[in-house]
Amino acid sequence: MLATFLQFVISGLTVGAVYALVALGFTLVYNASHVINFAQGEFVMLGGMLAALFIHSGTPPALAVVLAILIPALVGILMEKVAIEPIKGADTITLIIVTLGVSLIVRGIVQVALGKGTHTIPPFSGNEPIRILGATLPTQSLWVFGGTAVAVLLLWYFFSKTISGKAMLATAYNQVASQLTGINTNWVLMMSFALAAAIGAIGGVLVTPITMTSFDAGIMLGLKGFVAAVLGGMGSGPGAVVGGLLVGLIEATAAGYISSAYKDAIPFILILFILFFMPNGLLGKKATDRI
Amino acid sequence: MNHRTNSYAGLLLIAGILVITPFFLPNSYYLDLAIRMVINAIIVLGLNLLIGYAGQISLGHAGFVGLGAFASAALPHHLGWPPLLAMFIGAAGTGLLAAAVAGPILRLKGHYLAMATLGLGIIINIVLRNESQYTGGPDGMPVMPLTVFGFEVSGDQTWYWIVATLLCISIWASLNLIDSPFGRALRALHGSEIAAQVAGVKVERYKAVIFVMSAVFASLMGSITAHHIGFITPSISDFPHSIELLTMVVVGGVASVYGSVVGAVLLTALPQALANFEGWETVAYGCILVSCMIFVPKGVVPTIANRFKKGH
Repeated sequence: MLATFLQFVISGLTVGAVYALVALGFTLVYNASHVINFAQGEFVMLGGMLAALFIHSGTPPALAVVLAILIPALVGILMEKVAIEPIKGADTITLIIVTLGVSLIVRGIVQVALGKGTHTIPPFSGNEPIRILGATLPTQSLWVFGGTAVAVLLLWYFFSKTISGKAMLATAYNQVASQLTGINTNWVLMMSFALAAAIGAIGGVLVTPITMTSFDAGIMLGLKGFVAAVLGGMGSGPGAVVGGLLVGLIEATAAGYISSAYKDAIPFILILFILFFMPNGLLGKKATDRI
Repeated sequence: MNHRTNSYAGLLLIAGILVITPFFLPNSYYLDLAIRMVINAIIVLGLNLLIGYAGQISLGHAGFVGLGAFASAALPHHLGWPPLLAMFIGAAGTGLLAAAVAGPILRLKGHYLAMATLGLGIIINIVLRNESQYTGGPDGMPVMPLTVFGFEVSGDQTWYWIVATLLCISIWASLNLIDSPFGRALRALHGSEIAAQVAGVKVERYKAVIFVMSAVFASLMGSITAHHIGFITPSISDFPHSIELLTMVVVGGVASVYGSVVGAVLLTALPQALANFEGWETVAYGCILVSCMIFVPKGVVPTIANRFKKGH
């Protein structure tokens, strides 16, 4: 009884941590540009797929992980330079379609280059799980928790202690005023895409030993990360983390106790209820309309 | 907004093209493609009224198409209902569902609205995939032919003339709607909801009516797709299909009736044209989407219309 529950909590928090990273990616890009980046899930997939590619081709694991995070970050920068910057300030719908177009390009290239198969990498510290009160805790879950925590702490440090981070926050708050104080807002936009892609890729690398990955794994991950970001209140960093963990927990427990066939529907049912009753998410600011 | 591009002259042109097209198509493959283009055009017309005139985004419209399609497939199959009745019950059910969620969903704005419509579409898709005893699950199910007063509708020729007529009626109805007090109210609320409200427009009700209407359009066309193809799978209601429909609206031209038709024709043809690229079709489709948004952000039809206007 308790063991089963604990098992659901463990698996829920593990995927929840990845949703949190995806949601943080949505938040970063949204704050810098008001773009909802539907390609966010593709960076998670790209991280996992590249890690698998490098490790299986004999690259030292540490180097493979670094490359699997750096390359998606470069893809993020490329995406911002080629597709987002030329249409800065366009309608929401236009921006959504551009990011969807980019996600198709990334997914398509991965499909052609690496095939349609499922890929995985070995867990970072062996296959022997830890037993707690009858439940099993895979050591890889600890890596996911630890990795997510480190990423969140680094982001917090970056935004609250460094000049670059503060420049990004200022731009999120008021773009024109930031530009007037000499902040290079184009640089901020580029950085936000690079960071978002990198933390998505971190999530992908960390979770691939548990969930495996394939060229189309990014779609659902991206959409559920979006649910997490909206649940936490779009634009709120702590909200994204809380939202991600909550979506993971609720999905895992509801799938376990109610219906595993409807596992993928649960985050979306949840978000509809939340939006119907709390239209600004859990931690979001109240929206005001300019007339 | 695009008043000049929304005149009745275009309707005559389209009707003319629809009449002569079948005589120029080399084989039934192209007739089948033409039918799919026309069906998509009708769905996109409804979606464009919602997006372009009421200013409400929908990322889950394929869900409504799926509901119509499976009503037409499952009700005659499991309950023995006449297909025509199933089609209308499907449309009514979809309309009711849209009406039930319209209140809370259309109160939302921007990305929250995008999230809610996306969620609704995905939930419908997952239900259709999971309830395999009624829908055949991911593999789908066969659809009985459509019978109208004892006559069986079959053959691509017949279907072509039916959907072509429906398209002309839909265009005519859309043009009338846009030029009516209702259409003007919609445009007012697109400009500024609060200003429209102050001017006495019942914003909530108007948005809900157009949402329900576009959902019913989608459902009916889902039914027709199901009967035309004769077999249906839940992928008709999935997220990529919703995005395809949305893309047709934007590529053709938001708030342009003829843009809807052009967008539907172009993007229905595109995957066929890319089929020879062996694996690269997804990449090519993505590149075309991105370049369209960068180079013709207003959509093909309004951009061409503007050029034309400047030339004079």
